[in-house]
Amino acid sequence: MSNKTLYDKVWESHVVRREKDGTCLLYIDRHLVHEVTSPQAFEGLRMASRKLWRQQANLAVPDHNVPTTNREEGIKDEISKIQVEALDQNCDEFGITEFKMNDPRQGIVHVIGPEQGATMPGMTLVCGDSHTSTHGAFGALAFGIGTSEVEHVLATQCLLQKKSKNMRILIEGELQDNVSAKDVVLAIIGRIGTAGGTGYAIEFAGSAISSLSIEGRMTVCNMAIEAGARAGMAAVDQKTIDYMRGRPFISSELYAKAIDYWPSLKSDDDAIFDQEITLDATQIAPHVTWGTSPEMVVAVNGKIPDPETINDPDKKEGMIRALEYMNLVAGQAIKDIKVDKIFIGSCTNSRIEDIRAAATVVKGRHVADNIKQALVVPGSGLIKQQAELEGLDKILVEAGFEWRDPGCSMCLAMNADRLESGERCASTSNRNFEGRQGQGGRTHLVSPAMAAAAAIHGGFVDVRKEF
Amino acid sequence: MEKFKILNSKVAYLDRSNVDTDAIIPKQFLKSIQRSGFGPYLFDEWRYLDHGEPGMDCSNRPLNKDFILNESRFQGAEILLTRKNFGCGSSREHAPWALLDYGFKVIISPSYADIFYNNCFKNGILPIILNNDLIDQLFIEVEKNVDYALTIDLEKQVIETPNNSWSFKVDEFKKHCLVNGLDDIGLTLQHVDEIKTFEVQHQQKFPWFYTQI
Repeated sequence: MSNKTLYDKVWESHVVRREKDGTCLLYIDRHLVHEVTSPQAFEGLRMASRKLWRQQANLAVPDHNVPTTNREEGIKDEISKIQVEALDQNCDEFGITEFKMNDPRQGIVHVIGPEQGATMPGMTLVCGDSHTSTHGAFGALAFGIGTSEVEHVLATQCLLQKKSKNMRILIEGELQDNVSAKDVVLAIIGRIGTAGGTGYAIEFAGSAISSLSIEGRMTVCNMAIEAGARAGMAAVDQKTIDYMRGRPFISSELYAKAIDYWPSLKSDDDAIFDQEITLDATQIAPHVTWGTSPEMVVAVNGKIPDPETINDPDKKEGMIRALEYMNLVAGQAIKDIKVDKIFIGSCTNSRIEDIRAAATVVKGRHVADNIKQALVVPGSGLIKQQAELEGLDKILVEAGFEWRDPGCSMCLAMNADRLESGERCASTSNRNFEGRQGQGGRTHLVSPAMAAAAAIHGGFVDVRKEF
Repeated sequence: MEKFKILNSKVAYLDRSNVDTDAIIPKQFLKSIQRSGFGPYLFDEWRYLDHGEPGMDCSNRPLNKDFILNESRFQGAEILLTRKNFGCGSSREHAPWALLDYGFKVIISPSYADIFYNNCFKNGILPIILNNDLIDQLFIEVEKNVDYALTIDLEKQVIETPNNSWSFKVDEFKKHCLVNGLDDIGLTLQHVDEIKTFEVQHQQKFPWFYTQI
């Protein structure tokens, strides 16, 4: 009788060798590459005269630095331009498939991997980016690595890793209308904290996860890292198998073979987890972060908690500092917070369903007068095309949004899209750290529907009451 | 990578938990395609009063006098004492690069984010984990004693304080690499035949992983 978790299964099918202390040489099937964390790795290969182990395992795309307007004019920021050009040159030199900036398939690395079928159930997938956990939505073992490990994968197709512990988060019950995957994962982080998953691979399970679309599961797994877990995963089911059909990276012949194996990619009924947490899906409301860490989050109808009620001095101090940075006070209602900017995008929420959700909220309405800027940045060129086919761009533009080209954009503000000091943003991204969206900028993490509703009302409202 | 055996240094502290990698090295500095030169921009948004951009000469920038690492007593410290979940957030290896370039070779904290923890070892930084009680005690002692110093002996896995000696845990394999300054890639490439054998079997089992567009 097998009692393995999904994580155990994928891990064990990739162990090349094991050291005495349990460190394993783990084989990596897919490596996604972007411009920010790779140049030093390629330089390392060159300096040691090392070759790529397997060219075909790699897929590259520039996303962090690319402008989201006037691309035909090239990149104006000289330093960003050099970094993107370095990626182009490295991919050309080492023979890596790259979707260059003006390729219609270009987009955020964690969006294009699944879109192209480069992400597959049961594979190991890594990228020099912490949000690589996104790909775990396919029952893959996917995690972020640093640049030294990027170089290690390029040269050896392997990584030295120690196995994490197993955690399962069960979310049971039906989600309310207009409560999304983003609200689920924010609720989870609110419950276990930003270090709650440290040392674990988290499997998200339960009826609420099964009910989510593949895109929704990607949103949940994407933010596993914000709960401290390098990898988040979800079991393969018919939705996963259907999603994979016809993707460019898998021929119909190989797809026919793979579908015999994929259904086994789930935890056994008597699988043993080191920790198990259960959440009631029916009780999850739309969530809004109020502080400078994703765990500082409450339901939209809630109030900002009072640090004085917290016993842990370290936590209390962190809350006081966050309130000061955010220019908010304890006891303030979330619905009393006004915002300056809206950002709908990022590897968390830039897929077609996210854009549809935003367009549904804003259709026939207009952003409030106090909103200085409202951006929609699709996750890839193909998503942009699809949204335009559906007329979503028109709905959004008529409502006062700017419709941009794909990239990471204001999630981390490495390009020109950013908050000015003191500006407050309703953002569908994943991190509300100090300065993340621009020095002095204030970020509130929300779902696409909540961000869209905040645009219309100029501040936070309960999107469940918008329809 | 430099070998790490014994380090004696004074200690600087940063009394915050959840210090994220965006704070350690803000995103604008990630545009560099080099591995070095990040030290002057370590904790840039906390450390300076103006907005930092890559390539800036930091010698004339206005320092934030309220930021603790700017205090003269902590200059030259190679050990950073801090609170839990240090290095959370992004996987950017620029964070350990910046810490190392600034001069920190050891970090002491109750816990770290996983990716950051791994990245430290790849760059010759030793991240030590101590329990909260010892961390609290260290904070008090550093605050009370000018030029408070520790000796870190990685081979023996011991921290010598002026009055005590504490042991710490570290993975055997990570320690071996750090003590000997070993290059992971070189080590892995000793197993080329095993990887190749594995790969052949793996491809037979999962041929769909090996397609290309």
